[in-house]
Amino acid sequence: MPPAALTVRALRKSYGDVIAVDGLDLDVGAQECFGLLGPNGAGKTTTIEICEGLVDRDSGDVEMLGRTWESDAKGLRQRIGISLQETQLSDKLTVRETLALFRSFYEHPHDVNEVLAQVQLEEKADARIVTLSGGQKQRLAVACALIGDPELLFLDEPTTGLDPQSRRQMWDLIDKFRAAGHSIVLTTHYMDEAERLCDRIAIVDHGKVIARGTPAELIASLGAEQMIEFASAGTAPFDLNELRKLDGIIDARLDAGTYSLQASKLHLAVPALLAFLTAHGAPLTELKTHSATLEDVFVSLTGRHLRDE
Amino acid sequence: MSDLREKPRTPRTWRDAQIVQLTLVRFREFLREPEALFWVFIFPVLLTAGLGLAFRSKPEDTAIVAVVTAAGHAPPDIEALLSKSKNVVVHAMTADSAMEALRNSKVALVAVQDASGSVSYKYDPARDESRTARLIVDNALQHAAGRVEPVATTDDYVTALGSRYVDFLVPGLLGMNLLGSGVWGLGFALVDLRRKRLLKRLIATPMSRAQFFTSFLISRLAVLTLEVIALVGFGVLVFHVPLRGSIGSLMFIAVFGALSFSGLGLLVGTRAKTVEAVSGLANAIMLPMWVLSGTFFSASHFPDVMQPFVRALPLTAVNDALRANMLQGASLTAVMPQLGVIAFWVVVCYAVALKLFRWK
Ligand SMILES: Nc1ncnc2c1ncn2[C@@H]1O[C@H](COP(=O)(O)OP(=O)(O)O)[C@@H](O)[C@H]1O
Ligand SMILES: [Mg+2]
Repeated sequence: MPPAALTVRALRKSYGDVIAVDGLDLDVGAQECFGLLGPNGAGKTTTIEICEGLVDRDSGDVEMLGRTWESDAKGLRQRIGISLQETQLSDKLTVRETLALFRSFYEHPHDVNEVLAQVQLEEKADARIVTLSGGQKQRLAVACALIGDPELLFLDEPTTGLDPQSRRQMWDLIDKFRAAGHSIVLTTHYMDEAERLCDRIAIVDHGKVIARGTPAELIASLGAEQMIEFASAGTAPFDLNELRKLDGIIDARLDAGTYSLQASKLHLAVPALLAFLTAHGAPLTELKTHSATLEDVFVSLTGRHLRDE
Repeated sequence: MSDLREKPRTPRTWRDAQIVQLTLVRFREFLREPEALFWVFIFPVLLTAGLGLAFRSKPEDTAIVAVVTAAGHAPPDIEALLSKSKNVVVHAMTADSAMEALRNSKVALVAVQDASGSVSYKYDPARDESRTARLIVDNALQHAAGRVEPVATTDDYVTALGSRYVDFLVPGLLGMNLLGSGVWGLGFALVDLRRKRLLKRLIATPMSRAQFFTSFLISRLAVLTLEVIALVGFGVLVFHVPLRGSIGSLMFIAVFGALSFSGLGLLVGTRAKTVEAVSGLANAIMLPMWVLSGTFFSASHFPDVMQPFVRALPLTAVNDALRANMLQGASLTAVMPQLGVIAFWVVVCYAVALKLFRWK
C-alpha cells in the first residue's frame, strides 16, 4: 500500500490575534481527490500553504508522500505540484516560455507540448500571457503545476472567478489527472465543485474541520434528502418548532423571509405543510424543493451560507 | 496523464538547464520592456550628446564686437577693416543698442569710434571673453590698418583631448548608468516578482535559489557590456573621448562596479512589496551618489571633512577608476584603492541582502 498522500495533525497557525488554523487534522489517501470546502477566511489557503512548505506553522505535524519538510524538503518540492490562489505569471513571457522555465526545475518533467495539449493551450503556445483569458491563465497555472510530473497536486481555488465553460474545462482537467492515479488536494468555496470533483471533503470553518466524509455521507448526515423552501403571505412568522413537528420534516429555519425545511419524506412533508398553511390561513407565495446539497450541510452546521454575498 | 507518463521523454539539452531558462527569462523581460531599453541605452547617449554639446570647448579666438561710429568721423573705416579678419564678427550698432548687447552678452566688446577717428573699447575687464575679445579685436584692427609685426609668428593648435568637459563626463555618465541599471534592474525585477507572488510560486518548485540569483547577474553582465559599448563607443566616435587605458581593465572596472551596484539593487529588492517602496529606496540610495560621487563635476570640490565619506561611496570609486583608466591610462594596480572600496560594497551588499531576502 502506498503511503498516505497527506497527513495533517493538530495544525495551528495564527497571525497576531487572528487564529487562521485552529487544530486541524486531515488524512488524504493515495490516489484520492480531497476537497477543503469552506467560506472565505476559513483558513483553507493557510492550511494548504503550510502543506506546500510556503507558510511556517505554529504547531502540528504535516507529512506528505512519506516525507516531511524537515526530512526531505527537496524531495517534496520535486514531487508536489501547486497552483496558488493568486499568482500572476509574467505577462511578457509566452505560454511556452513559462512552461519551459518551470520544466527546467524538475528532474523528470513532462514535455512542454504534451502538457500544453493536456490543458488545451496548444493554440496559445506562443501567445504572451497578457493576451490570455482568465480561464486560460488558470489552466496555464495548473500546467505549471503539472509539468514536473507531480504525485500530489495542490490547487487553491482553481475555478474562482471563472465563467461556467472555463470551470467545466478545469474540472475535466482535474478529472484526468485523478484518473491517472495521482492525489489532489483542492480548496473551494463552491459546493457544486466539491461535490462534482472530490472523493472526500473536509468542511472547514474558523480554522477547524467541522465535518468530513464523502459528499454522499455528508449529505446523508442531514438525515434529509430533500429541501423545501417556501414563503407565505401570512403576517406573523410561524413557530419553527411547530414546523419541525410536521410529518416528514426534520428541521426548519427562517432566512430573510424564506422558510427552509429539511425533509426526509417529501411525499409526506408537502401535504403536511399545505395543511398547516391552510390551518393558519396563510397562502403560499413561493414553494421550491431541491435535493439536499453540501451547501445545506454547511448551513445546518453553522447557520451561515458558504458564500455570504 | 498516464498517457504522458509512458511516452518516452525528449532527452534534455543545454537549453533545458535551469540556469539557461532563468537567464533567458531575464533577457526576455528586459528586451520586451521598451522603456527599460530607453533608460539603459538611449538616455545616457542623449545625455552625453546634450551635455557634450552644451559644454563643448568653444574656440576662444573668435571675438564678437559691436561697432559704434560717430557720423562723419575721420578715417579709418573700422567696420570694414575688422570685417576682413576671420577672427572677428562685427555688428554695426547704435550706441544704446551696443551697450544693451554688451549687457546681454550678445557681444563681448563694444568699439566706439569718435569723430576724430580714434577708437575706445568698452568692456567689463572681469569677463574673460571680453578681455580676450579686446586683444583679438585690437590686434586685428592694427594689423588691417597696416601695422607690421616686428617678429613673425604662426599658430599651431594642439587640442588637449582628455581635458575637456566631455572627457570628464563620459566615464562619470557610464558609472551613473551602471548604478541606475544595477539598482533598478535588480530592485524592480525582484519587487515585481514578489508583488505578483511569483517569487512564492518559484520557491515552491525545486528551483535552485543560487541559480536564480546567478541568472540576474548573468543578464546584468550581458546588458552592461552593451551599455559600455554604447556609451563609450558614442563618446569615442562622436566626441573623440580618449581611451588611454586597456579595454580589458575598463571592462573589469565596469563589471566589478556593476556587481556592487547589483548588490545595492538586491538590497533594495530584499523586502519591498510595492513598486513605490522600491522607487523610494532606490532614489534614496542613488540621489546622494549622483550629487556626491563626481558624475557631473569633480567630487574634490566637496569640503575636506566630507571627503572620507564621498570617497567611500561605490559610485565615487567606480567613477574615479573609470576616469583614471580612460583619461590617464591607469592600470588596475593604480586603481587598487577604488577597487578595494568596490570590493567592500560587494561583500557587504550580498551578505546583508541574502540574509534579509524574503521570498514570500
Ligand atoms: N499573511 C496573513 N497575515 C494576517 N492574516 C492572515 C494572513 N493570511 C491569512 N490571514 C487571515 O487568516 C484567516 C484565514 O485566511 P485564509 O487561510 O486565506 O482563508 P481562506 O483561504 O479559507 O479564505 C483570515 O482571517 C485571514 O484574514
Ligand atoms: Mg483562500
